Amino acid sequence: MKLAALPLALTIALPAWAGEIWVTNEKDDTISVIDVDTLEVTRTLPTGERPRGIIFSKDYSRVYICASDSDTVQVMDPVSGEILHDLPSGEDPEQFALHPNDRHLYIANEDDAVTTVVDVETRTVLAQINVGIEPEGMAVSPDGKVAITTSETTNMAHWIDTETRQIFANTLVDSRPRHAEFAAEGRELWVSSEIGGTLAVFDTETQAQKARIEFAVKGVHPDRVQPVGFEFTADEKTVFVALGPSNHVAVVNAETFEVEDYILVGRRVWHMAFSPDKSMLFTTNGVSGDVTVIDVASREAIKTIKVGRFPWGAATRP
Amino acid sequence: MIKALFAGLGAMCLTATATWADVSVNVTYLKHMQPRPPVLSNLDPVPEDEGVGGAELGRADNATTGQFLNHVYDLEVVEVPEDGDVIAAARAALAESPYLILDAATIDMQRIADLPEAAGAILFNAASRDVALRDEGCRANLLHTIPSDAMRADALMQFAVFKRWDKLAMISGPHEEDLAFAAALKNSAVKFGIGTVAEKTWAFDADMRRNAAQEVPLFTQEFGDYALLLVADELHDFGRYVAYNTWVPRPIAGSEGLRPVAWDRVVEQWGAAQLQSRFMDLAGRDMTSRDYAAWAAMRTLGEAVTRTNAGDAATLRAFILSDQFELAGFKGRPMSYRTWNGQLRQPIPLVSERALVAQAPLEGFLHERNEMDTLGLDAPESNCEVFQ
Repeated sequence: MKLAALPLALTIALPAWAGEIWVTNEKDDTISVIDVDTLEVTRTLPTGERPRGIIFSKDYSRVYICASDSDTVQVMDPVSGEILHDLPSGEDPEQFALHPNDRHLYIANEDDAVTTVVDVETRTVLAQINVGIEPEGMAVSPDGKVAITTSETTNMAHWIDTETRQIFANTLVDSRPRHAEFAAEGRELWVSSEIGGTLAVFDTETQAQKARIEFAVKGVHPDRVQPVGFEFTADEKTVFVALGPSNHVAVVNAETFEVEDYILVGRRVWHMAFSPDKSMLFTTNGVSGDVTVIDVASREAIKTIKVGRFPWGAATRP
Repeated sequence: MIKALFAGLGAMCLTATATWADVSVNVTYLKHMQPRPPVLSNLDPVPEDEGVGGAELGRADNATTGQFLNHVYDLEVVEVPEDGDVIAAARAALAESPYLILDAATIDMQRIADLPEAAGAILFNAASRDVALRDEGCRANLLHTIPSDAMRADALMQFAVFKRWDKLAMISGPHEEDLAFAAALKNSAVKFGIGTVAEKTWAFDADMRRNAAQEVPLFTQEFGDYALLLVADELHDFGRYVAYNTWVPRPIAGSEGLRPVAWDRVVEQWGAAQLQSRFMDLAGRDMTSRDYAAWAAMRTLGEAVTRTNAGDAATLRAFILSDQFELAGFKGRPMSYRTWNGQLRQPIPLVSERALVAQAPLEGFLHERNEMDTLGLDAPESNCEVFQ
């Protein structure tokens, strides 16, 4: 039955192809693939143990997956869902960032206090850089010159020169930094601090802090407002911030640094990804095991999609 | 409700361009060996290096951060035998450095805190759960990273209230620690409106001639019906034989069964898995509550040095007790010190042998300042006056 229906389904689905959201399920060792058009899970793909960070190559022909407890980064063919090979990643890879050259993966090795740089073509480790305890957040500047690792227990952002692969600056942030992103064409670095409950904005030129954003969710104790993942809208004027066990996503004006809105989502929200046209935002809710779909324009949650156990990372496949 | 803070937060705005002083912090972990009365089972020996492992991990964590800031941390472990002079050992340590982590009896901690050499020092109690140390027996230079018996009891009682287990029975052992925990449990039952607790003391004497497991049914028959059986057996003597042997089938909690702890190997949320694996790599065993308390003491100093870029006790103490201080302790909430008695406020995991059952403060237990202050002595309850 399924086979017979396939060609028909394809002809209907093709014109409406709106892309997919790939979600890693930390405690199921799987990826749930969500169709952006139907807002349903279309595939569940097995991965290595404890998949967390997920990222696509520039041309979307490969997807890289941090299989933390397998101590490897897996490379998957997104069409077939097959694991093509593993990359040497160092121990316990948690998050990573792909250099604009599409070749160098910067991987945070949470258990080892190092950042590993891997060439995805030669599949070799180019460098290991000593950083603080429990490195997690990773970002590479748009011009490819600077890589950032944030370390959770050391409470720092480490600024790495991608040419020399040496740390050239360290900036203290609030407790348990989790995620880092460059913004404003690379002029700003944003870092979230989970236990500190804040987002810090740095001037990349001087590494000086230019803003610190605090959150207050009505009816939720401040201790439970824990910023983790965040994403910028296409125009970079707005940033959506996952606030962990407060079960809310904050909407922040990226120019005035003011919090404009809070959106109720599932329990312990971790990370998020936009639909390809950036009209919808998909958040991973770790404890409730689902994904909340937010309509970006109206800033409202429009649907909840059940995925695997403890969804963590999210990535867009157009 | 909505607020955003802008640049100009000078104190927190430390960047690479700031100049870092070379700070060196030396900490002594002072362990006074305590007599251990015999227990019925030797299945779970107490690790010889309990506490020391935690302090060592804390030093290593501090040092990793310190390498980027020119901050150096040293840890010296001093073990004093049972009949040794712990006060003299403390004197010698204080002559070298004002930072001391204490693993000793309550009375010795007070004596050490009262030494002239200890004036202006920062001492950490990483071992004694004695409520008196957070009450009228407190000392201004003594901080407590291990939760008090009152905090543990309150955590358990919140769970009992949450479950509507309002009729409680208790078996307590004869040792000083057992009686202290039993007293805390009884106080807490009153505090949370459960009321009185039916109580019996376990005395394995001439009237009890069978093995413990065989005695338990008869021993618990007198309680009649109850919802939860509390066991105050802090030396882990008879408690392990109570489960499944009670006259009426009921869950047990306290020193056995559902246990309120500072830390346990089953804590894995909030990034705890990483701390657990770091500890396992370093010590080759699971991390205990005492290890956690020693780790938290080291990390408290580390956090204060990192944020203040200073190494003198006066600056560090002021920062540690300020509202700027927060310690990420892998228990899901920022931890800080109570300014009225120096106790580290922290969530209390309620654990079974194999899982985290719940974590106090439980939802619904509210507090005007901080929900964690529903656990242990709150400001109006504490008779500690010398603290600030």
